[in-house]
Amino acid sequence: MILSYEIPLLLLLLVTAAGAILVKDLMSAVLLLGSYSFFLSLTWAWLGAVDVAFVEAVVGGGLGTVLFLLTLIGTAPKDTRLRRPPPSAITLIVFPLLGLLLLYAANDLPEFGDPNTPASAHISPTYLEQSYQDTHTPNVVTSVLMDYRSLDTMVETVVIFAAGIACALLLRRNA
Amino acid sequence: MVDAFYAVFQRTNFLTFVIIFLWGFYIMVTRYNLVKKLIGMYLVQTSVIFFLVSISAKKGATVPVLLSTTDPVQAANYANPLPHVLTLTAIVVGVATTGVGLALCAAIYRKYGSLDEQEVLERLE
Repeated sequence: MILSYEIPLLLLLLVTAAGAILVKDLMSAVLLLGSYSFFLSLTWAWLGAVDVAFVEAVVGGGLGTVLFLLTLIGTAPKDTRLRRPPPSAITLIVFPLLGLLLLYAANDLPEFGDPNTPASAHISPTYLEQSYQDTHTPNVVTSVLMDYRSLDTMVETVVIFAAGIACALLLRRNA
Repeated sequence: MVDAFYAVFQRTNFLTFVIIFLWGFYIMVTRYNLVKKLIGMYLVQTSVIFFLVSISAKKGATVPVLLSTTDPVQAANYANPLPHVLTLTAIVVGVATTGVGLALCAAIYRKYGSLDEQEVLERLE
């Protein structure tokens, strides 16, 4: 069940991410990044994370793309550098090493989709079983976000407020 | 060695995460255009979130919205909700930080007339 639709979705993810990276025209790169966001939200909906998929489609694919486009319209929409100097030796050594290290760690990861992994067996069943008695909300994600972790969510809005203030201060006309 | 290869291809989500994470990180380090660097940063953020959501998936499970509010809940029937909550805030904060980065890019362009790192450095001197 996991394999049948996931492989094409993951391939689409990789292709759109590669497009966003490789395309010279920054406007096209940003639009490809938006399509990457939408394929990502499709993948998440497929994995059972509908709330995350909604947020990614609205905030990542919508707002993020709009912010990138607004910046590009105000500035230079082309990557003017046609020939890049080759990357330094330390980059060429460190990145393959990091990749090998990460792939080597794959052996120790539990299999994806197994309901008995430590991530799914430790505390999350308690939330699933008791959230309705505690909060009377059928959606467990909402009850954790808005009830058990409501202070966290409130302080997160402070972070977004600070980001908004920073943007407004940076974009003042007579800065 | 063969086992390690097999383990990687058993976990295609992890392989995708590693490719997008490293490629985005590489773009952040090597490209000179500032918007391109931010695109790389966005890819790194979303790839980590993708990995967390992949961990939360369970075979044969549905979305974490209770089907019945009276029957006792079988936790194996619902996806793990905790990574979803973590990643929800991470996405919003990630887009907010990307917005601040883009505002910085716009301010740099207004002052130095270029988004290229090298040209900006030359004009600084």
